[in-house]
Amino acid sequence: MNAPFGETGALGPSAVLWLAPIIGFAFGWFLERGGLGNARKLAGQFYLTDLTVFKVMFSALLTAMLGAYWLDQFGLLDLQLVYLPETFVAPQAVGGVLFGAGFLVSGLCPGTSCVAAASGRLDGLAVVGGMLAGVFAFNLAFGWIEAFYDSTALGAVTLTDLAGVPRGVGVAVVTVLALGGFALAARIERRVK
Amino acid sequence: MKRPQPYLDPYLAGVGIGLVLLSAYVVAGRGLGASGAFASVVAASTAAVRGTEVAASSPATAPYLVDGIASPLGDWLVLELIGVIAGGFLSAWFAGRTRRGIEHGPSIGARQRLYAAVAGGIVMGFGAKLARGCTSGQALTGGALLSAGSWIFIAACFASGYALAPLARRLWR
Repeated sequence: MNAPFGETGALGPSAVLWLAPIIGFAFGWFLERGGLGNARKLAGQFYLTDLTVFKVMFSALLTAMLGAYWLDQFGLLDLQLVYLPETFVAPQAVGGVLFGAGFLVSGLCPGTSCVAAASGRLDGLAVVGGMLAGVFAFNLAFGWIEAFYDSTALGAVTLTDLAGVPRGVGVAVVTVLALGGFALAARIERRVK
Repeated sequence: MKRPQPYLDPYLAGVGIGLVLLSAYVVAGRGLGASGAFASVVAASTAAVRGTEVAASSPATAPYLVDGIASPLGDWLVLELIGVIAGGFLSAWFAGRTRRGIEHGPSIGARQRLYAAVAGGIVMGFGAKLARGCTSGQALTGGALLSAGSWIFIAACFASGYALAPLARRLWR
């Protein structure tokens, strides 16, 4: 049993496609359960009145990071075959700044706007509509921004590749930072109360 | 009317999402996503309105066509996002949280909230395209794989949100 199944041939392309809505279903379920379908809760992250976004996001990141690392270590999952997003320093920094501004103003992100809309919130639906318009605007403007979009390319690299240290070092550092963040979150909550 | 159930502990919800993301790595060799599905839908719409040749010839939409054909239902992320919508709906339904309404801060009305939601969505959609992903595809999926660009995105996104938060205070406080 070698994973990823879709890459090693253990599962065919259509089987992988059939699993997509099931994986999405569980993702949407946990987002809603955690309260991430509510724009006011999400926006509270930026005013430190509700730290749900930070807690959900970094406990999810930590779980997946540690799970993937150890499955790879035990030879159950080949991380070389898991798609690693490519790095483009400048467009990802500028894109992140725009994204953060939009996140703050809309109170939702792409996935959570769908959850908000699915639970009946019209503001979620408005964010979905805005996002589609924003993507369309990007496509229209693509001729002008293509050079920037493709600039500062580093390829598919990890932080540990760049630092020249083993992957485990990065995993350990992120784990310590996340646990420190959780402790800090608890302190902030005590102070706000 | 039934009182809505309290939300799940955020750390438990996070561990749940982390296990879902891990299963996506294991099954499909890829992670979760949301903005990519929006891009697929826009590319398919472009192909439907202006013709497949137009969509296939633009480098902005061509990557979202499967074998040169605009079929969003053949796209992993679109199918995944349909699942997200179904999962979000059923979770809210079982918890008594499905309610037609508009969430807004105490200082603004519903109409202003909708304007802000559309405006924020436009900027976010543009930003997600530029960054090649969003909170799902970059921050969670790439972040857990230690992708350098994903961590640049996470840092830029939160720095921007916190820097601009005082200016947007009236929307939420």
